[in-house]
Amino acid sequence: MGERFALTISGLEVRRGKRPVIEGLDLGIHAGKVTGLLGPSGCGKTTLLRSIVGVQRVHAGTVTVLGQPAGSKALRKRVAYDTQAASVYRDLTVEQNIAYFARVLGAPRGDVARVMKAVGLETSARQLAGGLSGGQEKRVSLAVALLGHPELIVLDEPTVGLDPVLRAELWDAFRAAAAAGATLIVSSHVMDEASRCDRLLLMRDGALLADTTPAELERSTGEHDAEAAFLAIVRGAAAGAGTAADPLSGRGTAAKADPAGAAALAHPADRPTTDEPRGPHGRHVA
Amino acid sequence: MTPVRKFATCARVLRQLSHDPRSIVLLLLAPSLLVGLFSWLLSDQAAVFQRVGPAILALFPFIVMFLVTSITTLRERRSGTLERLMTTPLGKGDLVAGYAIAFGLVALLQAVATVTFAVVVCGLDVSGPVWALGVVAILDGLLGTTLGLLASAFASTEFQAVQFMPVIVFPQVLLGGVIMPREQMPDVLQAISDWLPLSHAIDAVDAVTTGAETWDIARPVLVVSAFILAAVALAVLTLRRRTP
Repeated sequence: MGERFALTISGLEVRRGKRPVIEGLDLGIHAGKVTGLLGPSGCGKTTLLRSIVGVQRVHAGTVTVLGQPAGSKALRKRVAYDTQAASVYRDLTVEQNIAYFARVLGAPRGDVARVMKAVGLETSARQLAGGLSGGQEKRVSLAVALLGHPELIVLDEPTVGLDPVLRAELWDAFRAAAAAGATLIVSSHVMDEASRCDRLLLMRDGALLADTTPAELERSTGEHDAEAAFLAIVRGAAAGAGTAADPLSGRGTAAKADPAGAAALAHPADRPTTDEPRGPHGRHVA
Repeated sequence: MTPVRKFATCARVLRQLSHDPRSIVLLLLAPSLLVGLFSWLLSDQAAVFQRVGPAILALFPFIVMFLVTSITTLRERRSGTLERLMTTPLGKGDLVAGYAIAFGLVALLQAVATVTFAVVVCGLDVSGPVWALGVVAILDGLLGTTLGLLASAFASTEFQAVQFMPVIVFPQVLLGGVIMPREQMPDVLQAISDWLPLSHAIDAVDAVTTGAETWDIARPVLVVSAFILAAVALAVLTLRRRTP
């Protein structure tokens, strides 16, 4: 494909203790697009995102972000990261939090007001972050990730637990950032966010199941909603290995606690094209 | 390292503290309260207070600042803000220096309050210059701060951080010369006490109050300063951008 990648990953391996979290993952993220990283809780999404922003200790493979090795000094102003739990100072006000990170990033002065407006917090500027609701606190954290117009914005479950109106507004903000040229990676375990993305990565048990687009996913699986499509892909992969397991839950019967089951599920997913003539995936990442 | 980021961090830490007035009151007044308690306890034995008082002046800023710093920085590690900062241009040295300067300023205020209280209210007799006592008290607070910064790297919960008190602080108090003059200790313990920073901090305060020669004050002050710098350097080294 002639499309430009904002980041490429090859042969990524991450272990936690002896347990592999990600095994031999290859991936390219399209520049200027919003890519959704979907998968059940515990499937390795956060580990993958941490590897991209360069705070994860990796055991093998390369992660190249905007032409540089992930985590290198030159990237620290160009890449923004919002952790899954709101990473803000609870004993500072909304404005003080954002102003501090703006100074650390060397963002222009007016940026503080701009990002507060983008996440709809301009009226809470003087409230302590610790006194906000969970959703508001998460938005403060999100605002920090928008400071200084980063070229790559990595958001770990940014819209969890937010009301639908607000969620739509935040997605408008993501789209605006992408329209301005930024590349976004947005993780979620809520499948209904899939339709809002330009591209989709489906992940399970530390491996990519599919790298596709919402439209392609719907076409190849014949399912309208992403959750059903996800199920179809997992079942399709599992059928190849003759395994039937609770497909959606990372904590289910085929979770890491049961290595045999997990391996049976993971292997066909690693090489889906050979086992799966129907090919439910847009673009494989083998 | 850049001054802008370092002082932004320092200002941020102080701003956080300013939202917690109860902690400020505790920080500034608790050591005075304890010095006052000692002086009252020993009101019939002025000579004993004169001997123990200076050491107390070294001890309390050290203990209080150790606790405050180790817990505050641990919170930074646990809240996810440290991970976020590690993805920004903020240098590891900027972060540690920002904390050390912020809490160093708090140690300064605390030292002024405590020394004033000890001299004016409790009548502690200082043969050397009073400002020298202030300088030494600040250094002791700073020593507690930097050791706290370092200790927080080895704790993964607030509970563990508090457990460092009996491991890192109490042995130094026991062997520092407050309970028994260091020269009277068994040889092995005396040798150990020579390697503990708090021993030198107490030596420095003692030297000022007894009006010792300049070098007798300067030597322990230099030793304490070396420990402070070493703790800062180690704290920077224990910070990791990449974690498992």
